[in-house]
Amino acid sequence: MRWNKGLMAAGVAAMVPVGVALPSGSQSPAPPARFVVVLDAAHGGDDTGGRLDPDHLEKDFTLAMSVRLRSLLGARGMQVITTREQDATVDDNRRDEIANRANAQACLSLHASASGRGVHLYISSLAPAGGARFTAWRTAQAAWVSRSLALAGTLNGDLKQAEIPVIVGRMTLPVLDSMACPAVAVEIAPQGNDAQGGGLDNADYQAKVAGALASALLEWRSESGQTGSGQSGARQP
Amino acid sequence: MIPRYQQIIFAVLLLTSLGMGVLLWRLRERAHERLVAGADSAPTRAPEVAPAEQATLLLANDTDGTLLTQVQSLPLPAEPGARARAVLGRLLDLYAAPGSTHPVPGGAASVAQVFLMPMPANESAEQPGRAPQQSSENGPQLAIVNLTAGFASSHPSGLETEGLTVLSICGTLHANLPRVAEVRFLIDGQQRATLAGHADLTRTYLAGEAAPAAAEASQ
Repeated sequence: MRWNKGLMAAGVAAMVPVGVALPSGSQSPAPPARFVVVLDAAHGGDDTGGRLDPDHLEKDFTLAMSVRLRSLLGARGMQVITTREQDATVDDNRRDEIANRANAQACLSLHASASGRGVHLYISSLAPAGGARFTAWRTAQAAWVSRSLALAGTLNGDLKQAEIPVIVGRMTLPVLDSMACPAVAVEIAPQGNDAQGGGLDNADYQAKVAGALASALLEWRSESGQTGSGQSGARQP
Repeated sequence: MIPRYQQIIFAVLLLTSLGMGVLLWRLRERAHERLVAGADSAPTRAPEVAPAEQATLLLANDTDGTLLTQVQSLPLPAEPGARARAVLGRLLDLYAAPGSTHPVPGGAASVAQVFLMPMPANESAEQPGRAPQQSSENGPQLAIVNLTAGFASSHPSGLETEGLTVLSICGTLHANLPRVAEVRFLIDGQQRATLAGHADLTRTYLAGEAAPAAAEASQ
């Protein structure tokens, strides 16, 4: 029997890495000392995403925004983990693996679109569920939906404070549904007409959006009772 | 002196010629009468396929990310599958029209087929408040919307715009065919991961997910 218990323990230990972290309130480990943010620049490589205009692709915009935001967050003492640092194809499951291993306090999936106005925030459409010992990969976000809604609320507040139109909604996104962290998909659309200088290629607009997102994450860190330590900068897993 | 037999032959030929002339004249008259009669019976207006009925469309608006309910009068076939296709065709025609609040090219031709199938018994029995002995004739249905590849490739890419297209199709189907409880999408008869890079087409959508906006407009 002793051998069996040992085998079972080994089996459970082997299963833990493929499971996902649980939200606080259940049997989760002690919160990490550092405030970790995962930035997922959507698309990349062969997956170009949408065409924002004849000269710009969504994959390039999301990567540029990820780099810009990483600098802002790093300067505020947050640890930033990115899912890609170059124009490379990254599988959705790989993105989720990176996010789930980071034990992050916020995960943002960055998108861009030429349709609509302002910034669109999307949370997983999964129904909220209580924490379980093991969570299904495809519905891992269910245990975090309430925290994701709260994060979206914070982002919404700061974006509106920066006078950027915001739409908040819920939808099914496989990359979001498998994230075990407060996760929001952020889609950046033009602020106004291109003729009025409100297009996605406007550097001032990009800086305003990035600044508002960084400010919101700072506020989120305060709400979460976390404080950044001295070490800052980005880490690519 | 003309021989008598030649006189008889001449007279017979003359009478035959006159008779054929009269016959030809009569045939011409009859042909003319037939033409006139045919012109009178020609349809003066295009036949209607189906009587016009009120249809509820859930129109997407990219600016504020909402779905607006709009009631329109349009000819609707009695057969549910054709009815669903006609309603979705009108919806996509409005999206393809200039000045649309949710511009998507393609129009009605983008809907190749809509198949309506009874939901499996074990799934439909799980619907809350539904009697287990309810027959499949009145039970919930699964709608399979087959869109063209041209529609998907020309659809603007983005979380919001793709999500609104999917939700407006689901909501419009449910509003006009209340038995439609779930919706699945195919592109040219094949399953596809996303509509234009974002909206997940591998899942089954609940038709009631699209909550209509409070504001309504009639046309």
